[in-house]
Amino acid sequence: MSTPLEQSHWHITWNYFKTSRGGMIGLAFLVILLLAVIFADFIAPFDPALQNRQALLLPPAWTEAGHLPYLLGTDAVGRDILSRLIYGARYSIFIGCVVVSLSVIIGTLLGVIAGYYQGWVDTVIMRIMDIILAFPSLLLALGMVAVLGPSLINAMYAIALTMLPHFVRLTRANVMGEKNRDYVIASRVAGAGNLRLMFKTILPNCMAPLIVQATLSFSNAILDAAALGFLGMGAQPPTPEWGAMLAEAREFITRAWWVVTFPGLAILLTVLSINLVGDALRDALDPRMRRS
Amino acid sequence: MSEVLRAEQLCRYYSVPQGFTKPKAVVRALNGVSFNLQAGQTLAIVGESGCGKSTLARALTLIETPSAGELWIDGKPIDFTHKPSAELRRTIQIVFQNPYGSLNPRQTIQQMLDEPLLLNTTMSKSERRQAVATMLERVGLRPEYAERYPHMFSGGQRQRIAIARALMLKPQIVVLDEPVSALDLSVRAQILNLLTELQQELGLAYVFISHDLSVVERIADQVLVMYFGRVVEYAPKTTIFARPQHPYTQALFSATPQARVGEKRERIHLQGEPPSPLKPPSGCAFNPRCRFTQTICKDELPELRNLEGSQVACHLAPIG
Amino acid sequence: MSLLSVRNLSVAFPTQNGWFQAVEGINLTVNPNEILAIVGESGSGKSVAMLALMNLLPPQARITCDELVLDGKNLLQLTATERRRLNGGTVAMIFQEPMTSLNPCFTVGYQIDEAVKTHVGGGRKERKEQVLSLLESVGIPDPARRYDAYPHQMSGGMSQRAMIAMALAGQPKLLIADEPTTALDVTVQAQILELLLKLQQQFQMGLILITHDMGVVAETAQQVVVQYAGQQVEKNSAYELFNHPHHPYTAALLSALPERALPTGLLPTIPGLVPGQHNRPQGCLFAPRCAYQQARCQTEVPALAQQQQGWIRCFYPLETETML
Repeated sequence: MSTPLEQSHWHITWNYFKTSRGGMIGLAFLVILLLAVIFADFIAPFDPALQNRQALLLPPAWTEAGHLPYLLGTDAVGRDILSRLIYGARYSIFIGCVVVSLSVIIGTLLGVIAGYYQGWVDTVIMRIMDIILAFPSLLLALGMVAVLGPSLINAMYAIALTMLPHFVRLTRANVMGEKNRDYVIASRVAGAGNLRLMFKTILPNCMAPLIVQATLSFSNAILDAAALGFLGMGAQPPTPEWGAMLAEAREFITRAWWVVTFPGLAILLTVLSINLVGDALRDALDPRMRRS
Repeated sequence: MSEVLRAEQLCRYYSVPQGFTKPKAVVRALNGVSFNLQAGQTLAIVGESGCGKSTLARALTLIETPSAGELWIDGKPIDFTHKPSAELRRTIQIVFQNPYGSLNPRQTIQQMLDEPLLLNTTMSKSERRQAVATMLERVGLRPEYAERYPHMFSGGQRQRIAIARALMLKPQIVVLDEPVSALDLSVRAQILNLLTELQQELGLAYVFISHDLSVVERIADQVLVMYFGRVVEYAPKTTIFARPQHPYTQALFSATPQARVGEKRERIHLQGEPPSPLKPPSGCAFNPRCRFTQTICKDELPELRNLEGSQVACHLAPIG
Repeated sequence: MSLLSVRNLSVAFPTQNGWFQAVEGINLTVNPNEILAIVGESGSGKSVAMLALMNLLPPQARITCDELVLDGKNLLQLTATERRRLNGGTVAMIFQEPMTSLNPCFTVGYQIDEAVKTHVGGGRKERKEQVLSLLESVGIPDPARRYDAYPHQMSGGMSQRAMIAMALAGQPKLLIADEPTTALDVTVQAQILELLLKLQQQFQMGLILITHDMGVVAETAQQVVVQYAGQQVEKNSAYELFNHPHHPYTAALLSALPERALPTGLLPTIPGLVPGQHNRPQGCLFAPRCAYQQARCQTEVPALAQQQQGWIRCFYPLETETML
């Protein structure tokens, strides 16, 4: 036994996670982001919607033309970019959480049912998922938003739907793998019913890949929401959502680089951090990746 | 002695898809197996992979419904059209071969041993906790291990836990599916001893599935040899080890390596490998590998018949 | 001259909690045309030692060795590339799981042909002849048809035969078989062992058989090495070892075998567990479980010493007459 005895699974996972440098950097960035989101009211220098007609398209403070307190400059209507980015992080994290929870919960449920019962139930569920997968995901989301009406909430439903098949397929594959393991049969001999077998016995053993997939989907959700925002189908102005900010800044791309760069950078760094954490989690949760 | 388990002509067929255009093939994994088992006795089921012993284990523990045949547990016939009752389930339990696969990695030992009690009894939480602690002690583990996860235990300890789980409902019959073949030599003896002690103490009847004849010789009262889904020989242990009657039993006994140097035994060389379940040979399933094969073996299926205290399914026995 | 001579081979792996000593001080000599068996329970380091010998361990493993001579070549002075060339040529290995040792994407014939191409060479036609005769020599019926078979179309026994054919392609002088029959049925196991012995005689190879099955050892090997927790505890001729085990571990292991124990009553057992990385005893590794241990065993580490016709790592080896 190479691991000390009194450790739970999470303990061990954390110990492995710690060894990944990328994962730790990503995690640190996300923690900072989370703190910024929680304390946005205290650390943001301005109200994100406050317009200052005296300071239109002000460059960042370290350039010659820029000045404090507009650290990252202002946009075309004189709003502070830093404040908007901090408040925008709220939306991004909110979008990520809602979208991922929606698709994880529904997807896992469908996946467990499909994998456990198989037969026609499985066929019906999986064919519907195949149909969803057959559309390019952004196109499907766009179509849905076009039907439901452009708003952030509708965009989130649409993105959640496009992500659903990944969770269903992943859960189904894992459940099918675990279903015939001896410990499941032992539970059945002990008298466990279908529901107990599905959710209490089998599902906890399928969680590791789901957690990884959920983490990586989080960043996808943010990207998709940004893309919808950029196309004007997601968050509506003056919401300081990162994608929407990019869309508004499009026409200044040649004159005021900072208006475009900083929201883009915010998306990039957040997505990168989440992906780093996801990769590290995959290594930590997958026993085959572990060194003995 | 009372009879706790009786099987009559148990069969289990699977249909296997053969591709889009061909009709489905039928694999007879279990083909008319009959035996009975008395309380406190051990029936060993011996055979190679694919002979149907695991299917038999699954049928006996009511995980799978037999395609044909009847089963009596504790004198009562089993109605396979209904879900087994809690009372019936308490009677027969199972221990698997691989202690690394048979324990749920996400459950503590307490949760695992508690489950049968929770689902089948009306015991209170503290009573169940007490029962788990007592059982852990009985199988030679410390009660404080209850809060640990399976990955913290060695193979032998895990097998003790699996045995404890099977005994939680105080069954009369335990099906042991190769319980020691995944274990190291020194641990194997410990687990075999534990099983012997438990049997004497609790009056358990064992269905002991194994391919290891030295273990079978030690633990069994009756031996049932299976080949290709059928019983080829069924006899008391002393009889079968003294004089194996079926050519397959003879070959199996002589192929088992013995940890002794110096005594050279005569080996029976068995040619070929077990037949494909999709293309069963005609007549006796063993005829393509048998050294005595005659025309009758290819034409007619031998029935089990009594011969010098054994039941043998061979046209030619006694032979060899 | 011996075919293989290994002195004081040790292997350690880095773990989160320091170095794990997987193999500690192994000494082996294999003569041409000799069968040596290495027995031990899981974690006794028997496979790791052989992988170290073939230089197949991951680079982070720390391998130390005083002497490693194979067929007159000092392996310690060879480069990694030169050693790799020996693998499959002078020394070949077969593994426990025949089903996973063959690549499922290629036909059996193609895979054996690759081995022939690397080690023997020759034109396409000659090589095919060679592969067919290899398949024939390992007892695969209808070689011409099996040449184009994929691994999943063959049974475990047939796959293991194909693996043996592949190992023989380079006409090795030493064949290492790592649990070659563990995954197989008893009757097939007997066939494969028979085949290995026949080929060993036919090609005059040295054969190292790694196994945990005492029965297999007793029926095949001439020399036996017993491993415990990474250490070599006893080395002796098979006859001597099975009839007069000198190390208490060997003796306890043999008496725990159902076929060697008294027919009634409980089996003799070895109390306790094999020590892991964290609870390695100070003195003799077997001391905490040993029925004959004394004060000295707990503090001092016994060395592998030549006594009573064999090599034994014990301060108080069992005398011949104390055994049953």
